[in-house]
Amino acid sequence: MQNKVYHRIEQITGNVIVVKAGDVIAGELAQVTSEQGVSLAQVIRLENENVFLQVFAGGRGIGTDAKVKFLGRTMQIPFSENLLGRVFTGSGEPRDKGPEIKENMIDIGGPSVNPAKRIIPRNMVRTGIPMIDVFNTLVESQKLPIFSVAGEPYNELLAQIALQAEVDVIILGGMGLKYDDYLFFRDKLDESGALSRTVMFVHTASDPTVECLLVPDVSLAVAEQYAQEDKRVLVLLTDMTNFADSMKEVAITMEQIPSNRGYPGDLYSQLAARYEKAVDFEGSGSITILAVTTMPGDDVTHPVPDNTGYITEGQFYLKNRRIEPFGSLSRLKQQVNDRTRDDHRAVMDTMIQLYASYKETLEKQSMGFRMSDWDSKLLKYGARFESTMMDITVNLPLEEALDAGWKILADCFEPAETGIKSTLTDKFWPKG
Amino acid sequence: MSENIGKIIGVNGNLLKVEFNKPVIQNEVAYACVGAGDLKLKAEVIRVRGTSAELQVFEDTVGLKVGDPVEFTGELLSVELGPGLLTQVFDGLQNPLPRLAEECGFFLQRGKYLDPLPRDVKWAFTPKLKAGDIVIAGDTIGTIPEGMFDHRVMVPFNLRGKWTVESVKPAGEYTVVEVVAVLKDDKGNTRECQIMQKWPVKMPIKAYAERLRPTESMATKLRTIDTFFPVAKGGTFCVPGPFGAGKTVLQQIMSRNAEVDIVIIAACGERAGEVVETLREFPELTDPRTGKSLMERTLIICNTSSMPVAAREASVYTGVTLAEYYRQMGLDVLLLADSTSRWAQALREMSGRLEEIPGEEAFPAYLESVIASFYERGGAVRLNNGEQGTVTIGGTVSPAGGNFEEPVTQATLKVVGAFHGLSRARSDARRYPAIDPLDSWSKYPSIVNEANVAEARKVLRNGAEVGQMMKVVGEEGTSIDDFVLYLKSEYIDATYLQQNAFDETDSSNSIERQEYVFGKLLKLMNTKMTFKDKDAARSFFQQLTQTCRDWNGSEFESDEFKKIEEQMTKALAEVSDYAE
Ligand SMILES: Nc1ncnc2c1ncn2[C@@H]1O[C@H](COP(=O)(O)OP(=O)(O)OP(=O)(O)O)[C@@H](O)[C@H]1O
Ligand SMILES: [Mg+2]
Repeated sequence: MQNKVYHRIEQITGNVIVVKAGDVIAGELAQVTSEQGVSLAQVIRLENENVFLQVFAGGRGIGTDAKVKFLGRTMQIPFSENLLGRVFTGSGEPRDKGPEIKENMIDIGGPSVNPAKRIIPRNMVRTGIPMIDVFNTLVESQKLPIFSVAGEPYNELLAQIALQAEVDVIILGGMGLKYDDYLFFRDKLDESGALSRTVMFVHTASDPTVECLLVPDVSLAVAEQYAQEDKRVLVLLTDMTNFADSMKEVAITMEQIPSNRGYPGDLYSQLAARYEKAVDFEGSGSITILAVTTMPGDDVTHPVPDNTGYITEGQFYLKNRRIEPFGSLSRLKQQVNDRTRDDHRAVMDTMIQLYASYKETLEKQSMGFRMSDWDSKLLKYGARFESTMMDITVNLPLEEALDAGWKILADCFEPAETGIKSTLTDKFWPKG
Repeated sequence: MSENIGKIIGVNGNLLKVEFNKPVIQNEVAYACVGAGDLKLKAEVIRVRGTSAELQVFEDTVGLKVGDPVEFTGELLSVELGPGLLTQVFDGLQNPLPRLAEECGFFLQRGKYLDPLPRDVKWAFTPKLKAGDIVIAGDTIGTIPEGMFDHRVMVPFNLRGKWTVESVKPAGEYTVVEVVAVLKDDKGNTRECQIMQKWPVKMPIKAYAERLRPTESMATKLRTIDTFFPVAKGGTFCVPGPFGAGKTVLQQIMSRNAEVDIVIIAACGERAGEVVETLREFPELTDPRTGKSLMERTLIICNTSSMPVAAREASVYTGVTLAEYYRQMGLDVLLLADSTSRWAQALREMSGRLEEIPGEEAFPAYLESVIASFYERGGAVRLNNGEQGTVTIGGTVSPAGGNFEEPVTQATLKVVGAFHGLSRARSDARRYPAIDPLDSWSKYPSIVNEANVAEARKVLRNGAEVGQMMKVVGEEGTSIDDFVLYLKSEYIDATYLQQNAFDETDSSNSIERQEYVFGKLLKLMNTKMTFKDKDAARSFFQQLTQTCRDWNGSEFESDEFKKIEEQMTKALAEVSDYAE
């Protein structure tokens, strides 16, 4: 079939252009050639002969005489082993100096997994970070956001998890990344040799908005392919708030009625469609998703973190360069932390309870109350806990982290004061 | 093959604009044919204007184009009713998901619709009618054993007036599509009745004699609910709460424990992983009431968050229609919908595409009436044969930002009979179930004496006030009497309201046990106690709480139970003013 070229643009609003054309399918891709160069565009609405197209490179600079050529296919992305070590844009163009890849094109945004085929998650993902491994264990096929205030080292944390996590393939989806952050990720992964098991899809803050929207879908489509090839895939997305803001921008251009602070009414469904791609394929690989969600104004009730919390299986709060022990929760941890080491749950519960008591003591101290013996012990404990267990820059295997926990307990308390069952203290309490 | 073919003139997300020539019906089902080919996408007419209709498609619309044909079916969106529903897992349109998985593998497949009830299975039918009998809609034609139930094959619910039985099939094995009875009315019309019948999901089944007021308690085995905020069989209740407050866990506990015949779980726009837990665990769990697997009384409608949005809207109606069907057999059915907010959001998405004038937070103006008519489908009824059947509906609500002052929560609160509000403060403090004891309410009668419940409530409220005061004036500024009141309210919370979902015994308390334990609790509240100082009071209650938790974990009326009870009585005697 010959692809007809259309020359007359009827309307340009934001990143959306309208042409009159026939035989165009919903979701079809087109090539738009203007003085700005060539860009892909996608059909987002059909109305009689009017075809609404979202231009990936944006509407800026497009003339009413731009050329629109329909490609007869929907959005696809190549998939092969050659993707590893490479960096692409949201629409799949190379961002590094490597060759373009055109083989084995796959659809993006495919159907969801049949719930009847899902299994109960059962494997821990070790990250070497005690606040995660010990206290809020990450589980294969889990979807977890990192709620963070702007300015926190969330990208450093993601990079570190990427380097330390026991997975086969890492997919990094960057949305609205600062260019420096993109370079940081690339160099960090390269230095440690992890780049060769990583595929990066990066949209930087200066790239067109529409490409930002594609990043989660292309990242997850590629992840789905690797997972079906028996690979444990970790997908890192940063920052989902930028993704949501891009949706907001497009919705407003399309004159949709916003539901909450300007965000479109389908924000929940749109986010869920992406997060629900996390899965453990029985008899094959898996997809685990960690996604940064920055909270404007440190407000969890902001629509983006709020909707995210309703979708994900827990959350990590990053605050003051630490993963907050109280707000953070891995809802799947109980599926795995009874099979790691006998003392895992006891250490987890006890240390958190004591840390909560330490916080109370701090409050009392700040109000000028007299400190009891017990309070002094707690103060010592709290300081040790924060410096050893809460440090997110370490790489400590779970077992060593648990041992370190026992060491702290033994340095600060008598066994009975911890309330841990004596069968465990007999076995694990450090001697001498 | 359909006679009525329309033509697509617009595609906007999952909304189609279709031009037609022959009459179409509001809420009629139609199929959009992708590229005029064999891939047909199910859709529903949701608005008609002039010669064009707007249809919501239950699938992704990628690939459709202007000019593609649309086949109108003339039938409303319906479900199949018959034996074989229980233990099944359906999507919102009643597609059987396990069979779909057998055919299509890991992923759902667009445009693939399987028969909800398998056509090749034969069922052992026993007739309950004979030729010449006079029947009306809903009467029993015959019965079929389905698991532990006698499934009734009923006269189609849409028949009007009296009909005479022409013939009935003898006892034997039949498939669901076989005709087992032929009826005739006085005008000479005949009607063939298959074992299964179809019913349009958005219409309530009304083949009963009258509606009754729900009065009998539905035991959930949760102390907070049964004692303080009870739910009646045939009643309605809602569970709003911020994310992570425990809505889903609460529904999972109810789906296990509730004293009803059948539980229908409608997983509506939430996580697929949560359904999997039920799916994989229920077959392994035994129902203490019947000794059979819990799955035998369970039916799951599963339209999770990444599945098509329009089918999510349909899923709650599918669920409630199936519930009404089993109610017609004289059974008590509990429908649990998680989350009704996702269903309301599906309405909002469609309303937005239809460019309707939006109400608050862009929800459609008719949100309230839609929510009201959904909960209205719950109820207790007296059937034509005098038996009773009930549909109890419980829905979770997921308010934006955890703030109950939003349209879905408010609209729901207007129509339900009980409100179990979950609070962030309680769930953060790990006080599960996180049902707020001061804000929640119920219009149904408690399983224990109402006056006693009121008394306990008063202690909770006054204790909380003291707690608030203490934050300002400190312990020093609080009188010992107030302090003890505070400790008593905390004690009720810790040992009665809080319930360990993971402890085999504590997780489910029989009514008898609740009555007994609550009686003890009341006595303790009314005991005047003296303590040397606040520390002594605190440590007494700490100790008693610990003991009572052990008590909660011991089998009712077992030796251990009695032993711990004695310990508690002794401890109490030591601090009480007057000896017993
Ligand atoms: N009764 C309970 N006992 C112990 N833990 C609980 C209980 N209820 C909830 N939790 C804890 O809280 C977590 C979240 O609970 P749940 O999934 O029910 O929240 P939710 O209100 O349904 O949240 P969402 O709106 O995000 O679906 C659980 O994973 C569990 O860790
Ligand atoms: Mg939930």
